[in-house]
Amino acid sequence: MAILEVNNIHAYYGNIQALRGISVTVEEGEIVTLIGANGAGKTTTLRAISRLVNPREGSIQFDGEDLSQFKAHELVYKGVAMVPEGRGIFAKLTVGENLDMGAFSRDDSANIQEDLERVFDLFPRLKERRSQVAGTLSGGEQQMLATGRALMANPRLLLMDEPSMGLAPVLVESVFETIQRINKEGTTILLVEQNAMMAFQVANRGYVLQTGEIVLSDSVENLRQNEMVQKAYLGVE
Amino acid sequence: MFKKQTIVIQDIIKLGLLAGLISLSMSVIGFIALLGERELIQNVISMGHVFLLAPPIALAYISAEKVLSQSKVKATLFGLLLGIITALPLVILVILASSFDIRQFLVNVSPELIELLTFGQGIFLGSVILLLVSGVAGLLAAGLRTLPDDFREPIITGLAWVFLFGLFSEILLGRLRSIFGRGLTKLIFSGKALNPLFTVFLFIVVAALRYWSKRRRLQAEERGESISPERQQRYQRIRIVLGVVTLLLMPLILGTYLSEVMNNVGLYILMGLGLNIVVGFAGLLDLGYVAFFAIGAYIMGILTSEGQLGLGFTFWTALPFTVIGSTLFGIILGIPVLRMRGDYLAIVTLGFGEIIRILALSDMLKPFIGGAQGVLQIPKPSIFGFDLVKPEYLYYIILIGVLLAWFISWRLRDSRLGRQWMAMREDEDVAEAMGINLVNTKLLAFATGAAFSGLSGGIFASKLTSIFPHSFNLIVSINVLSLIIVGGIGSLPGVVVGALILVGLPELLREFAEHRMLMYGALLIVMMLARPEGFWPSETIKRELHAHEELEMGSD
Ligand SMILES: Nc1ncnc2c1ncn2[C@@H]1O[C@H](COP(=O)(O)OP(=O)(O)O)[C@@H](O)[C@H]1O
Ligand SMILES: [Mg+2]
Repeated sequence: MAILEVNNIHAYYGNIQALRGISVTVEEGEIVTLIGANGAGKTTTLRAISRLVNPREGSIQFDGEDLSQFKAHELVYKGVAMVPEGRGIFAKLTVGENLDMGAFSRDDSANIQEDLERVFDLFPRLKERRSQVAGTLSGGEQQMLATGRALMANPRLLLMDEPSMGLAPVLVESVFETIQRINKEGTTILLVEQNAMMAFQVANRGYVLQTGEIVLSDSVENLRQNEMVQKAYLGVE
Repeated sequence: MFKKQTIVIQDIIKLGLLAGLISLSMSVIGFIALLGERELIQNVISMGHVFLLAPPIALAYISAEKVLSQSKVKATLFGLLLGIITALPLVILVILASSFDIRQFLVNVSPELIELLTFGQGIFLGSVILLLVSGVAGLLAAGLRTLPDDFREPIITGLAWVFLFGLFSEILLGRLRSIFGRGLTKLIFSGKALNPLFTVFLFIVVAALRYWSKRRRLQAEERGESISPERQQRYQRIRIVLGVVTLLLMPLILGTYLSEVMNNVGLYILMGLGLNIVVGFAGLLDLGYVAFFAIGAYIMGILTSEGQLGLGFTFWTALPFTVIGSTLFGIILGIPVLRMRGDYLAIVTLGFGEIIRILALSDMLKPFIGGAQGVLQIPKPSIFGFDLVKPEYLYYIILIGVLLAWFISWRLRDSRLGRQWMAMREDEDVAEAMGINLVNTKLLAFATGAAFSGLSGGIFASKLTSIFPHSFNLIVSINVLSLIIVGGIGSLPGVVVGALILVGLPELLREFAEHRMLMYGALLIVMMLARPEGFWPSETIKRELHAHEELEMGSD
């Protein structure tokens, strides 16, 4: 059974329709990517899943449970964590305090400590900068912190909104390597990206979003071959 | 203030004219002449002169900092030039005043002002002296900046003490006389001003002490000594005991009038601590905060009043209802604004504040809460049948309230709830995604803030013995917000410092009441430019600013 099933959701900002019937399925253990241009509705889809936006129509099921019965702040207890667009780190707090906040929903301190070690293992840079104020980190480090903070909730499903945004090409590579590693260690990932080329290298399947609608969905191998995808997202002429 | 790294002579001319215009404006609105009536050091210098020369002194000092690296002599001479230029607009004013009747346009250009500007030496000689004095002031200020830190700091500390002694001379005189008798005050003061001999003595003692203590600390550091934890702990304990004793003895030291001032400061600290939770901790900009102060005051008033409206409670039995009642109102008014952020929240809460005041004024509620006539005959608190009538006694009730609110704020800040507030302040969506229930988190902030404010209002009602709707004006909310900004948002000591500066200081300088708003505004502007983080910023803010400095210096 799929861990996440988004079924034909319609979402609005006031009277403006942002999503026009989105359906996305994510199987346990997968990396699924959602690609699309600016304004296509990728962030809105993630916000709908994490209950920050309430869809007017359609349903979202996580692990067989209808998510509409939960509030946004309850989702993390269900096992859904998010790395928001633009990272959303707590700029005034230190790296360590940010990571602590990530484990806010938990009270199993022994396991929290273990997960902290895991995050530091994944991002040794964060360990070095543990007591540095987060606002002074570089863009790449902030991305690591946002990812690490989400992992501190020990999620089953990780929602990532354009993690490569605004990063230098070298850093982009390492971001995707990390994504792969996190997935290998057992976390399912729904990855929103504009950088389709990189996203296809790590994902199993992909969805293409245009003006609030899914126009294509397939395995990444097939998407790579698709002419429209090549033209619009991979820059192949 | 000065982003430019080098300063040339044109800049000095501009700064001099700027300082001159500031001094000129203070003169023509009558501020300088008013201050001129107050001597700082007898027969030497008046407060008028101090404020007249403050702009060139400040600007010469700041500009010397930039020239310093080029040449010390140049920096000092620039100060001289700046001072002389400052005096030019004033000299023009003096000449104009002597040749035309400019009082038609500028009422405040009085003979006293001209006398002050020319040092009583007539137009020509006076103008020359003014140019010289101003020039020398600039020269000394710039020269001071070129001194090494070891000397500069003690000198500034000494001067600051002399200034403060002079500023508060009247109050000091009164208090010292009533505590120690006339003998001591004769040594310090002549008339209402400082005695020149004592001024020199005070300056030398303060500067020397400062110099000596700094030296000792430096030497200890050089020897690589650090204070052992036990000793640090002992110092800490001594400091706490001293603090507590001072707080307890305060009314004896201060006397009736100053205790009353402290009581007002205390009520504002209480409100400030509450708003600090709402704005500083939780980041919810509430401009209608006076509403809860009013609700607390009205609950206390109606429950205890001995008039027709009253229900016959005592202060103590009414107190829990006051706090619980305002807390409930905090939650009730919090519910409709749960989904609002930033400016929208500010505007709506502003409306709430006004609605409460207008309701208190309304005829509809008049049978219950007295309308414009307010609630009268509210008894003062009493303990074991002993009425706490004097401000010296009420002080202790307010002190307990403040300490309690302080303790609660302090514990909450480091608690789980404190972290929830912090996360919500930084980013509501992220906080929610992290598992924080925004509804509870917000309502708890509004409730705690309202509880402190309601307590303050309750004591206020009982202290004044009557309350009227117009006491609960928008200006109260603005004052409370200003004091936490001046003190440093989110900082507990900052609330106290802010309240002392914005509520206490104006009471002590009542003779300048006419210019209170001017000083208030000037203080806020200068502060926002020079010290935007507040006088006593919270650790987080300090750390953040510090981090930025680090980043600028060693940007990798
Ligand atoms: N807070 C908002 N208010 C109104 N419209 C919004 C808001 N956020 C997004 N939108 C609109 O919804 C559409 C989808 O936006 P978004 O989900 O952010 O796209 P993407 O993440 O793919 O760039 C866009 O047309 C955008 O302008
Ligand atoms: Mg987006």
